[in-house]
Amino acid sequence: MSATKEAKELVKEMVILFAGDSGDGIQLTGGQFSETVGFVGADISTFPSFPAEIRAPRGTLAGVSGFQLKFGSNAIFTAGDEYDVLVVMNSAALKVNLNDLKKGGVIIVNTDGFDKKNLRLAEYIDGQNPLEDGSLDDYSLHKIDITKLTRESLKDSEMGIKDIDRSKNMFVLGYIYWMYSQTLDNTFKFLKQKFKSNPVVRDANITVLKAGYNFGETSEAFISRYEVKPAQLPKGVYRNIMGNQATAIGLVVAAKKSGLDLFYGSYPITPASDVLHFLSRYKNYGVKTFQAEDEIAAMTSVIGASYGGALAVTASSGPGIALKTEAMGLGMILELPMVIINVQRGGPSTGLPTKTEQSDLFQAIMGRNGETPIPVVAAYSPASCFNTIFQATKIAIEYMTPVIFLSDGYIANGAEPWLIPDLNEFPKIRTKFVKQATNGQNGPYLPYKRDKNLVRRWAIPGMKGFEHRIGGLEKQDETGNISYDPENHQHMIEIRAAKVEKIADDIPEQTIDSGPESGELLILGWGSTFGSIKTAVKEMHNEGVNVSHTHLVYLNPFPKNLGKILKSFNRVLVPELNMGQLRQLIRAKYLVDAQGLNKVKGLPLTVKEIKDKVKTIIG
Amino acid sequence: MTIATKEVLPELTSKDFTSDQEVRWCPGCGDYSILKQVQTIMPELGIPKEDIVFISGIGCSSRFPYYMNTYGMHSIHGRAPAIASGLKAVRPELSIWVITGDGDSLSIGGNHLIHVLRRNFDLNILLFNNEIYGLTKGQYSPTSPRGSISKSTPLGSVDHPFNPAALALGAEGTFIARTMDRDPKHAREIILRGHHHKGTSFVEIYQNCNVFNDGAFAIFTDKSTKADHTIFLEDGKPLLFGQERNKGIILDGFKPVVVDLNEGYSQDDLWVHDEKDNIKAAILAQLFDDPRDEDAYPRPFGVFYSEVRFTYEDVFNDQIQNAIDQKGEGDLQDLINGGNTWEIK
Repeated sequence: MSATKEAKELVKEMVILFAGDSGDGIQLTGGQFSETVGFVGADISTFPSFPAEIRAPRGTLAGVSGFQLKFGSNAIFTAGDEYDVLVVMNSAALKVNLNDLKKGGVIIVNTDGFDKKNLRLAEYIDGQNPLEDGSLDDYSLHKIDITKLTRESLKDSEMGIKDIDRSKNMFVLGYIYWMYSQTLDNTFKFLKQKFKSNPVVRDANITVLKAGYNFGETSEAFISRYEVKPAQLPKGVYRNIMGNQATAIGLVVAAKKSGLDLFYGSYPITPASDVLHFLSRYKNYGVKTFQAEDEIAAMTSVIGASYGGALAVTASSGPGIALKTEAMGLGMILELPMVIINVQRGGPSTGLPTKTEQSDLFQAIMGRNGETPIPVVAAYSPASCFNTIFQATKIAIEYMTPVIFLSDGYIANGAEPWLIPDLNEFPKIRTKFVKQATNGQNGPYLPYKRDKNLVRRWAIPGMKGFEHRIGGLEKQDETGNISYDPENHQHMIEIRAAKVEKIADDIPEQTIDSGPESGELLILGWGSTFGSIKTAVKEMHNEGVNVSHTHLVYLNPFPKNLGKILKSFNRVLVPELNMGQLRQLIRAKYLVDAQGLNKVKGLPLTVKEIKDKVKTIIG
Repeated sequence: MTIATKEVLPELTSKDFTSDQEVRWCPGCGDYSILKQVQTIMPELGIPKEDIVFISGIGCSSRFPYYMNTYGMHSIHGRAPAIASGLKAVRPELSIWVITGDGDSLSIGGNHLIHVLRRNFDLNILLFNNEIYGLTKGQYSPTSPRGSISKSTPLGSVDHPFNPAALALGAEGTFIARTMDRDPKHAREIILRGHHHKGTSFVEIYQNCNVFNDGAFAIFTDKSTKADHTIFLEDGKPLLFGQERNKGIILDGFKPVVVDLNEGYSQDDLWVHDEKDNIKAAILAQLFDDPRDEDAYPRPFGVFYSEVRFTYEDVFNDQIQNAIDQKGEGDLQDLINGGNTWEIK
């Protein structure tokens, strides 16, 4: 047998990209592999990318779907800049992804995807075949006719050829499991569950999965086998979690902690729809999901539900948020609690629906008519969505205000291991309901009378003696009656803004994530750039570069000590997947000469890009 | 969330439903009459006023909630049906009223109107139709007749207008009715019927804007012309109208024909109104031609159509209850654990 079996190479971390046609089951393959390596304790970070079209023409460059995964025994914060291993199901997948394969990296190809037709669809010059022309000589190329081997392993199956071919992703998965010394158990379990009502398909997939594994075992391939030890993660129980899933679960927990019913009104939009999909499955948790007729109705149904005393939440992405903004202004002036989720994508307009970007920060902070401050928080990793949406909800309820929660396509669809929190450690969320017993004793109910935090009391229909009318017209202080009085308007604008500013007293002070508390350069990030910045800073520390990193979750209001932190450094770099939106806010508010690292390619920042930029600043 | 336990209802009067806010519609506006009729019927509903909510959009009529001593929201343009839907979804026990106008519900809020009708939340929609934009001072609206001279159409409007009853039927509404500000008794009766309908009730109310579109409905409301140009629908009764109650409508196939009872027809020949017949309701809704035309049909008032269909909120909340019955009340720890966990020791 082959000598390679004995020689397992121990690696600290690895990046794999699975790529193929959007119908090739790439996402499922990647998802299964991530879960399996997660189970054995590796840290992981994933980055799925798919075409905007559901079924782009087969074999074309536009139809390539990818699933990138970094895993290892190190702490992992990004899905990696470059891959060690590239698995491609066809010519187009190779062409699109070859650029980011490490020099000398491994390519595993399904040779069936390199026939004349596929090569033409991938826009290779007539007669050129990268598998034959030596252009891949710098890499370790492994050619497998996956289609043929899949068909052979199912030659006794009663399934048609089309259905047989659909299980070829299991061959790849089995082979990669062999390559990384993983067991098949987790995927067996998954297949048994997924196809429990279809034993023929279930058995076919299991057969092909085993065939892929055994092919590794028995073929004479001179391919390295790898072993990854468990990561030194904190003790506890873990699961894998995607950002949108963490967001959905966080909402359910927040509803429980506040004692309110969760109402979720939403209109389908990429990449936010999964939050609706998850929540709609949680009906036995009392979750009410309402698919509205449009974005505006989604937002306004949330206003209605909030008026009725529910924890009301909506989600969308940039263009949908644009449609909601008028109603967000109403929510703000009514001072009702609600959460608006923006899973950002590439803009402007329809932009790049399946690609990631952070270019809706201005929209979140400023995108409404009138003086309409709304608190804004941003998650920075898939798992952080859980805590961050909980905090967003807590602010909304305790300050009687809409809150915007920012996520993005990278976080939403990416996954990482999550140390499952102890729910007892999450605080109770205190609702601001009027006390029924006090009715009449303190005079009539004044809907806009405020407490010391400038927060009004919440009276909802059904509460006897608290009948009142609210609306979008400017209100008289305390009574909420319509008022056109100039002094009153000035006062109300100021008091609503002061209420939002007061939230800064309640949120944690900003801390330095890594690096010294003061010095030459501070990297100030927010949102999904966290992993890349953290990895870059870690590498630079190992290289002796003096640099610090701090990452904002609270974007409006900013933490109270942010100005002080910024002024403790000679220079500030703000990397963002936009043209400098946080940078502008920071410069305006703190008069700090912050520099930007700005990228709008629909892709995450790479570690290299950050390190290169730092080099140009501090040499 | 704590809701007060309900006591035995005290006797309420229309005064209990009148808020302390000064009513600020133009003197002579048809809205006054509608407000009065609604305040008058409120005690008859037998619902505590804290369980009643009025939600409006933007426009003259949308000031309405401020004048009702109930819960209320004056929201944004066109969105009242969607706000009401969200509220009803979470608080199905409330009596919710949507107050809207022809611009609010048929132009900027058209989408929400059609969707609330098909979903059939148990809400009451009162559409004040004055065929003009009043609050913005006199532009033509989606119900203004073609050729309307208005601030924005000095040469006459080009648009073909909506037929609100036909639109509501087309949107799968389950209760479609029409009444007018100048017939208080009829208005009260129809609004009450709307309230008693379980599902979305759509009541179009012809309302005179005496400043920007005075007399738009005079032919239907003035004593001298009303009887000959209107027909008041009553379930199970023949379609009879006219000053002398001597005219009626028969159905010749699908075609309504106005006949004279003095010319060989008897009441037995007439079309008998059946509120549950949606095909005939659609024909009735089409009796919508310009009343000034010589052979115009009389304009129907009353309940065109009434159908019992499941309400959105009932099924919506049943699904939750069924899920709880089948799977048990969700356990938070199970939810955050998901299916697959592993432990690092």
